[in-house]
Amino acid sequence: MTLWDSVAGTAALRGGALLGPARAVALASLAQASCLGDRLHALRGRTVIVAIRDQLTAAIALLELDGVAKRMVVCTPDLAPEHLPHVVRSAQADTWLGDSSSGAPPAGVGLDFALEADPLPQRCSIERRACCETEWVLLTSGTTGAPKLVAHTLRSLTSAFAGRPQEAGPVPVWSTFYDIRRYGGVQIYLRALHAGSLVLSSAGEATTDFLARAAVAGVTHISGTPSHWRKALMSGAAERFSPRYVRLSGEIADQGILDALQSAFPHAVVAHAYASTEAGVGFEVRDGRAGFPAILAGKSESGIEIDVSRGTLRIKSPGNAAAYLGAGAPSLRDPEGFVDLGDRLELRDGRYYFVGRSGGIINVGGLKVHPEEVEAVINSHPLVRMSLVRSRRNPITGAVVTADVVLADAAVAAAAQERTADERVRQEILAACRATLAAHKVPAAIRFVSSLEMSASGKLVRPNESPGAIHNDTRKRVGPRESGGEAQEEPSNA
Amino acid sequence: MAVRSTITTLFQEVAREQQRQLAPLTDDLKLLQCGLDSLSFALIVARLEDALGYDPFDTAESFPVTFGDFVKLYEARASA
Repeated sequence: MTLWDSVAGTAALRGGALLGPARAVALASLAQASCLGDRLHALRGRTVIVAIRDQLTAAIALLELDGVAKRMVVCTPDLAPEHLPHVVRSAQADTWLGDSSSGAPPAGVGLDFALEADPLPQRCSIERRACCETEWVLLTSGTTGAPKLVAHTLRSLTSAFAGRPQEAGPVPVWSTFYDIRRYGGVQIYLRALHAGSLVLSSAGEATTDFLARAAVAGVTHISGTPSHWRKALMSGAAERFSPRYVRLSGEIADQGILDALQSAFPHAVVAHAYASTEAGVGFEVRDGRAGFPAILAGKSESGIEIDVSRGTLRIKSPGNAAAYLGAGAPSLRDPEGFVDLGDRLELRDGRYYFVGRSGGIINVGGLKVHPEEVEAVINSHPLVRMSLVRSRRNPITGAVVTADVVLADAAVAAAAQERTADERVRQEILAACRATLAAHKVPAAIRFVSSLEMSASGKLVRPNESPGAIHNDTRKRVGPRESGGEAQEEPSNA
Repeated sequence: MAVRSTITTLFQEVAREQQRQLAPLTDDLKLLQCGLDSLSFALIVARLEDALGYDPFDTAESFPVTFGDFVKLYEARASA
């Protein structure tokens, strides 16, 4: 069954619409209207880069393409142009679907077949006939900065809710702070299409304005990251609407934000979900407490298997993605068939709590930072010998990036002679980071240290690595100043 | 007064670094209308923890909405 097949019946019976900041489209109207018209037939069986900038147009195009395109690559609006050739190559794409904002595909990416979607559906006679099960390819950030391509199907994306009885009572009106082209947004987009309406956010819209619009539209179900929600609470506008369901995902929800949301929305169910682009939705916690009950570990009746035996959260479920795409792409599952979310856990009083990320990945307000990417920029400074980028807890964005830097001998000697040498290097490192990296990846603080801990295999020991994985007796410290030299931390100009 | 002064200085410093136009910092100024984004607030809070030695958000019962709320949150913790 295609997405349109599952939407059409519900839309005809219960209504439902997609609502953007300036325009709205009734779902039922798409039975006789299209953003693609006759062009839809030309997309049959193709692998399509969906580069449409406008979120409402993209929402309609995805609905129209499912069952028609062989594979659709759902580009996030912030996809950097330099990563497009990698995306096209990895997906083996042959077609570009843009809109008036995105323009034509850049020259040299190998897409010579390009179409443009209309911003709003045009009335036409359209036959929505499926030819295949479309692969939905979502992008997620990779270690080098280039995105990873994660292949799903509509079945895997909807496995958490498809086939379940619809909620009694009024038709839900969904909304999300996420863009619908990210995994967290896709989830809400698909839930809304299955039952109800969706109020889309807009990148340029102030939080206060978005929440006011959500209130006017009667939003009953709304999702975002803990950072989105902290910002909403700081806006003072959250108290002016009264959702029935408030969902947090994309970052670990701490007790502070759960309590603050329950206080702001006393009549709402406040739930936090454990999910990732690769693993899909694992489960949802509705008891108002951070972490999750230990009894959730194991296999559930719905076919979801949750494993914590290795110290991280691993999930095997129908919601798992199928694979990473591209030559040389790593396996998405481990040998036991699980997808590892990379969340390290600690068991306390019958409950698992999040205690950090494996591999050192840092989550700044829902945006992933791979330490290696930042370290590469820092290490390119001629006076830096090596660096270690790590996470620091933060009540606004969940975490910020900090860096420990070992200076080369020449810099150490200069610092001994000139008191401001360290500060000059710090400013130069920050300038290089700002010139190369997105703002959330620029270290909030840089600390000069005499050495960094190394494993016997010569790798940096990251603070979030499992103590069981690397034994203390195999570690050594490497640096120009093997002893002495108190670490000094100063806030950066990030 | 020292707390307020430190906070004001850091708002101005981070706004300058993030190349953002900061509105005049009056007590009734809504935080989300002061010209800073979430990342800027994250940097301010991180630096305040370095400067003052505490993070009042870990025990806060609600999130500050105005600049005055923000200052009060830190001053209350300082005098606790």
